[in-house]
Parts: sequence; C-alpha cells; structure tokens
Amino acid sequence: MANRSTIKIRTKYFPDYTLVRTLIAHTMETGRNTAQDTKELIPAHFIQTLTFKHNDKVVSECHMGFGISKNPFFSFKIKQAKLGDKITISWKDNLGFSDTKDHIVQ
Amino acid sequence: MQIKRRQFIKKLLLTSLTMSSLVFSKISLGKWVAYDFGYRPIEKSLNELFPNKTLKKTYKINLKLPRRAENGNVVPITITSSINNIDTVYILSEKNPVPLIAKFTLDPSLEAYIGARFKMKETCDVIVVAKAGDDYYQTRQRVIVTLGGCGG
Repeated sequence: MANRSTIKIRTKYFPDYTLVRTLIAHTMETGRNTAQDTKELIPAHFIQTLTFKHNDKVVSECHMGFGISKNPFFSFKIKQAKLGDKITISWKDNLGFSDTKDHIVQ
Repeated sequence: MQIKRRQFIKKLLLTSLTMSSLVFSKISLGKWVAYDFGYRPIEKSLNELFPNKTLKKTYKINLKLPRRAENGNVVPITITSSINNIDTVYILSEKNPVPLIAKFTLDPSLEAYIGARFKMKETCDVIVVAKAGDDYYQTRQRVIVTLGGCGG
C-alpha cells in the first residue's frame, strides 16, 4: 500500500443531488480460497467497517462481511451538497489496517 | 462469591453507559459484531437479525440487479426506495454461507440510494430489508448465477 491511497472517490454534482462513488483497493479474502501454489487456505482478510462523512458529520456507516466483492465499490447520493463540501471515506479491516481519504465536491 | 461495593458500582456505571449509548445512538450501528457475519442458514440469520419482527413485503424498494450474473464474484446491486426516512438497509443473499452481506445506516441527509457489488455462491434470491423507524420492509429478487463466487 505504501503511500498511495487505497481509496478513490468520484463525485458528480447535480442540481438536486450529488452522486458519490468510491472504489477501494482491497483483496476481501473469504478465508475459503486455497492458494494455487502451496494448496493452503488463504486467511480471511476483509473490510469490516466503512464510514462515510459529509462535512465531518457521519452520514452513513456500513458493516460488511466477506460477501462484498474484491475491490469494493459503493455509491451514495447526498440530497443537498454544495460545491466545495468535504467528503471523507474511511475503512477498517479485520487485521487492523485502515485508510482514510478526503475529497472536495467539484 | 461476594461482590465488593466498589466493583458493584463500577459494573453499574458500565452497564448504564452501554445502555445509554444503545438508546441514544439511533444512527450508529455500534461495533462490528462477528456473530452477525457467521456461517448459518438464511432462516436462522433472518430470525436472529430481526427477532419477532414482521418483514412487510413491499414494492416501494427498487432493486437493480442483473437477471443473470455471469460471474458470482461481482454482482452489482443498486437499491432505491420511495419509503420515507429509511435508517438502515440490510443486504442478504439466500444461499451464501454467510447470508448477511452488509448493513448500511442512512442519515436523513442522504437519499434512499445505495450502490454496491457483492459475491453470490449460487442461484438464489437476494433479499433487501429496509428499516424505517419501527417498520421493516423487505423485497427479494432472483439472480441466476452461472459461476459461483464464494471460493472453496
């Protein structure tokens, strides 16, 4: 992961709502898959919580299991967002990793 | 074993704190609970998630799902609804080893709209439950899966 963020956020501003789309780079391992070379189970590694903030106020919280696809994608619609509003998305997984990213509505 | 007074007061404080946090945190889901995402059949999962609740069938929740999913690893879903003040949305897949896929809280400042991608093991119904206040609404849609996506 190094210093490149795992989160990509795109927003599209419409007069009556703002569409927020996010793509997170994550393996979302279920713990049921076997590695092809060693024939051993790959340990489960998946995002547990995702928090979506609009101007530092939590507007959506998501709890998930490993039923969510690899490289998870989510989209939300904010009713009244203004240009220049701040959107923050952060995640935390079962091994304690986490990431956060800010985005300004344009 | 006798409980000392100090311990008793400590316990009392702790329980009252957790209780109050449960009462006042309407929008928050609280901590991630591993038990909710355990291996079990769908009926048990539904019973445990919504004990003694009737899940009303509704046509007001609109699901945009593929009729036939080529690859069960990536099934896109878009949920929209005309029900007012939905606060929590649950996505369940009937025949997945872990039926509960995700749950979302929605603030009133958000529209009733969620897009996501999830995994499906085999052909079955996808159930979406929306909670608005004390009412629970459900809707389901069948998805045909040609290639399962849960590993194993």
